[in-house]
Amino acid sequence: MSGILGPFLAVLRRDLMLAWRGRADVLVTLAFFVIVVCLFPFGVGAETNQLRAIAPGVLWVAALLSTLLSLHRLFAQDHADGTLEQLLLSPEPTALWVTAKVSAHWIVTGLPLVLAAPGLALLFDVEQGALGVLTLSLALGSPILALLGAVGAALTLGLRGGGVLLALLVLPLFVPVLIFGAGAVDSHLGGTGATAHMLLLGGGLLGALALAPFACAAALRIAIE
Amino acid sequence: MLEANDLACLKGDRLLFRGLDVRLDAGEMLRVAGPNGVGKTSLLRILCGLAMQEHGQVRWRGLDIRRERETFHRALLYVGHLPALNDLLTPLENLRFACAAGGDDPGESACMEALARIGLAGQVDLPARVLSQGQRRRVGLARLFLSASRPFWVLDEPFTALDVAAVADLAGTLSTHCEAGGTVILTTHQDAPFAKPPAVLDLAGVAC
Repeated sequence: MSGILGPFLAVLRRDLMLAWRGRADVLVTLAFFVIVVCLFPFGVGAETNQLRAIAPGVLWVAALLSTLLSLHRLFAQDHADGTLEQLLLSPEPTALWVTAKVSAHWIVTGLPLVLAAPGLALLFDVEQGALGVLTLSLALGSPILALLGAVGAALTLGLRGGGVLLALLVLPLFVPVLIFGAGAVDSHLGGTGATAHMLLLGGGLLGALALAPFACAAALRIAIE
Repeated sequence: MLEANDLACLKGDRLLFRGLDVRLDAGEMLRVAGPNGVGKTSLLRILCGLAMQEHGQVRWRGLDIRRERETFHRALLYVGHLPALNDLLTPLENLRFACAAGGDDPGESACMEALARIGLAGQVDLPARVLSQGQRRRVGLARLFLSASRPFWVLDEPFTALDVAAVADLAGTLSTHCEAGGTVILTTHQDAPFAKPPAVLDLAGVAC
């Protein structure tokens, strides 16, 4: 373990280990996702066609809200105990370990949602062919949510009432992801194919991966001052 | 080695100090003194590059520390007020992470040795949340034994919560580092038993 990957892997491994030792926190996010999704059929009634039509939107909005629920934890603990100061004093590039932190956060909070989505979609009687499209759209879209959210989390770090501010800050940024993510399933069912939506999500992911860590690094330097 | 010219520090809308010059050469130790709230920690954070000064410049070996961040931070070890300990990890895991994140990889046995050296041999496998304040402090200070290659040590109140024996031991370690050509800047309210008393910078004299 050496070179540029050393600090990346160290941060990734530590954050995954911390998530495992505090796994109750992680399960809360997943449980929230499952419960929000399950509430909709009670609210809108069990009419099959209607459920089928709202399924992609419901799953996407629920994924978005669950992401938001866990975002404030991304840097809060490290900020409180001084680890963030030490990380910012590391000679390694800040964007590198920020990417590691966001990756660990996505593996712990985003990936379970992606894996749970097909099972929950069955509750809405989504047809078999569309399950794959829905899962893939979440797999491409949820890392974008994590990356954009990390910038918001860094900007609101240490502020009073930061949680609400964070939601106001990042939810509008989530809108394009929501449109293309939920739209992918609709266009697949409509017969036009989901390729265009997937390409846009993939492009968005690459763009967020290239830019968000740097924005996050700059925001963290300001937060620590 | 380190040179700061005409530093001014603004906290909120209060000017803590201005026109402050600091100069440290290899082998020197400087103690920053002054009453609470005079800006000791703020000064150390500015010298580390963690906080931005209102005015002035900090140079490491003649280069601006903000321009040459990577070179400077490779030479710097900062032990702040906050212990940088995660409660869910053991002292050994915390120490190994601190080293790895800083770009060093001393290996497990070297980390164990450093923890034993600072008096935590019996606690390496306990979660950090069960440690006492003094023991938590020691985990952060264990990095000193793994950072001989870093010439510039900045320590904010390193003696707080330590017992008498540990204070003497730490003072010895700092003196040794200076004798080997290192540079140490620290704040403390205690009279530590240094072999050669360090130079004192009294911030009360320059405070606004």
